[in-house]
Amino acid sequence: MSEPIAAPHTRAPLALPALMQQVLLAAAPATLFGVWLYGWPALNLLLITLATVVAAEALCLRLSGRPVAGGVRDGSALVTGLILAMSLPPWAPWWIAVCGGLIAVIVGKGVFGGTGQNLFNPAMVARVALLVAFPVEMTRWVEPAPLTAAASPGWLEGMRITLFGHSDWDAVTSATTLDATRSAVSEGTGLAAALPEHFDPWLALLGYAPGSLAESSALLLALGGLYLIVRRVISWDIPITLLATLAAISALAHTIDPERFADPSLHLLAGSTLLAAFFIATDPTTSPATRPGRILFAAGCAAIIWLVRTYGGYPEATAFAVLLMNAATPLIDHYVRPRIYGRSRLGTPLSAQRKKQERS
Amino acid sequence: MLLSKPKLIRGGVRTDARKHPTSGCPIEPVPLPPRLYVSLAQHIGAPALPQVAVGDSVAQGQLIGAPDAGISAAVHAPTSGTVIAIDHHPAPHPSGLPVQSVVIAPDGHKRWDPNLPKPLTGPVPQLDRETIAERVAAAGIVGMGGAAFPSALKLSTDGSVNTLILNGGECEPYLTCDDRLMRERAAGIIDGARLMAHALGAERIAIGIEDNKPEAIFAMQRAAESLGGGAEVLPVPSLWPQGSEKHLIYSLTGHEVPAGALAADIGLVVHNVGTAYAVHRAIRHGIPLISRPVTVGGGAVREPQNFEAPIGTPFSYLIEQAGGLHCEPARILAGGPMMGQVVPIEAALAKGTNGVIALTAAEIREPAGLPCIRCGRCVEACPMGLMPFEIANRAAADDLDGAAEQGLGDCLSCGSCAYVCPSSRPLVQLFHYARGRRADNAAAKQRAELQKRLAEQRQERQRLAAEAKKRAAAERRKRRAAQKQKEESET
Repeated sequence: MSEPIAAPHTRAPLALPALMQQVLLAAAPATLFGVWLYGWPALNLLLITLATVVAAEALCLRLSGRPVAGGVRDGSALVTGLILAMSLPPWAPWWIAVCGGLIAVIVGKGVFGGTGQNLFNPAMVARVALLVAFPVEMTRWVEPAPLTAAASPGWLEGMRITLFGHSDWDAVTSATTLDATRSAVSEGTGLAAALPEHFDPWLALLGYAPGSLAESSALLLALGGLYLIVRRVISWDIPITLLATLAAISALAHTIDPERFADPSLHLLAGSTLLAAFFIATDPTTSPATRPGRILFAAGCAAIIWLVRTYGGYPEATAFAVLLMNAATPLIDHYVRPRIYGRSRLGTPLSAQRKKQERS
Repeated sequence: MLLSKPKLIRGGVRTDARKHPTSGCPIEPVPLPPRLYVSLAQHIGAPALPQVAVGDSVAQGQLIGAPDAGISAAVHAPTSGTVIAIDHHPAPHPSGLPVQSVVIAPDGHKRWDPNLPKPLTGPVPQLDRETIAERVAAAGIVGMGGAAFPSALKLSTDGSVNTLILNGGECEPYLTCDDRLMRERAAGIIDGARLMAHALGAERIAIGIEDNKPEAIFAMQRAAESLGGGAEVLPVPSLWPQGSEKHLIYSLTGHEVPAGALAADIGLVVHNVGTAYAVHRAIRHGIPLISRPVTVGGGAVREPQNFEAPIGTPFSYLIEQAGGLHCEPARILAGGPMMGQVVPIEAALAKGTNGVIALTAAEIREPAGLPCIRCGRCVEACPMGLMPFEIANRAAADDLDGAAEQGLGDCLSCGSCAYVCPSSRPLVQLFHYARGRRADNAAAKQRAELQKRLAEQRQERQRLAAEAKKRAAAERRKRRAAQKQKEESET
């Protein structure tokens, strides 16, 4: 009581563990929908990923000599694990989840010094590492087979798929919308002819399409994102800027050549655009700390997403876009900062003389 | 040049104001406590010099501490009685250490000092400007919003001040004594403001009051009108730290005080409403600053209240008068929870103490030691446009120059950043730490330079002395030789 304790002696009620819980809550509907859509193997994958990240986080905390229980309880590892799982192919084998979880937490975060210290989004580090290392397993997109449908594997069959893989992948997999767009353009078919078969904006909005575990339901992701904005867990700047910029760029390109460039609805609704806009790019640690900085960051993400999707070697681009802009974040934070009261943008004191003359 | 509509400041936080327990409580006098501990260092600057000795009998309002040279303020006896000790006693002092205090045992007669100055009457414009500033200095008036800067020093300027701003913001949670003062004694405040404006030669008076105090705004507007205008009451948004001098100025005028400059440099002076009332009392009634309104509150206090209490009243006594504590408080504060100081319950009321707040553990969220996740909430909250987490990270790594480069010197310590931090990081504590270390380093450097200079001077002296000795020896030899020659030639 006698030791000097600095003010303030009261604080706003929002605490870090609560923030993380809100993110988990907001991502839950889209995740549950994904589990329903892709059945038991998806649930297995989700649980294995979550278990791996928690174990890896505990290991990292132990190695760095910090309290394990408190560090795990802040929930940041669970958020990383959930977002990673959401972006994995739903029927991926168990070791993809284990490798991904370990890479995310240990390489993506632990080696930098733990929560708050990492330069890159841990889930995206893992996603890209897996994609580069295991391109076959990471691009096996199964057709939706809801838990309630006859085509859905039973619990035992699901376990077998997770542990040993499927016997006949060709029978159950299909191309994603972005895959189809890509091949249509490269084969010269033209988008107008090829797309209707692969892309229905209404189905994409609901998420009934081949894709990652939980990035397909645009509607549920957007609802979760809006919830986070309303609860002030994230601010509007990154999601709105990212979506608006992507829409603007793709609309412009589509107007110029509709056969070559996909229209904005495809860019916004297909792939992991919404997951990235609301849940990935908004990671506070790896995005800039000022609002103008975050707007710049999100616009950069959108531009890279469009460029890589249109010209790059991979059909999906959000992970690359986020990682590249993560790398730019320290630079943005260095240059884009607020003006200090009583100083010019350059940091020199405002002139008192000028003010006085203005007055008289 | 006042804005018709106050501007919204950058950043800031909407705190949980918790003013309702006392905003309806009129300012009540408290009975005299058995002992008064009147600090001689209750203002910014040099402590006052004691003018009484142990055993002396003092009258109410008698000078007991004379201002030292430079920045200092006079201290008066809050009531009549006997000086029983001049000793160190806990007080709300920035150092957190006990300060020299005159301990008075009241005799209960409240016998006034017969030598108090005569009240000045008549319309404000007819009074002598310098007399006002002198009377304010003699009355020991200091800034009553918490800073406790000697007010007279902010009344004597070269005439470049054109606007006096009265600060009725009271944006600290829990505190309502300024609100009550404005509701109950608006005429006195307006008169005090006009006296100060006259002393400054300022043409205009602007009174900024947060819009969560509609009764105070109304009372002040009525008083300003009935006293013949010249003072404008302007509601400002209720936002912490709206009552910071720099931010009130920005809200009311749209101008910023340049970094490193004073408000007076852009033609403005800001005084607290409580200070204006103290000036009114000193000039119109001849009464020095010996008591002040104070809010006694917080979750641990049974019946939170507003008191007019003699300076030097122990906090424990004030809390007792407010029904006592119903649970062990986690912290007792002098001032509000955003910028107040933790003090022991024995500490005594100072001129700058606007609140005695006993907080329960539930009202405080202790720093949790969670890591910074760079969420940027502190950047958004900082009213100065700083990036608090960057400063704190550098301070925590002992990169003191880095912290300074990030704007440590511009920080107000308002605590907005720490208030919103989801990891409850001790941001303000880290800023204090970095400032302290920098001050230490600067002092050490100065000492080293002084030592170097002294050493050089000593060497120079020794060199000169050696040279002089050599010269003298040579001289002596020459003289001796000459004498010898002379003697030889003589013989």
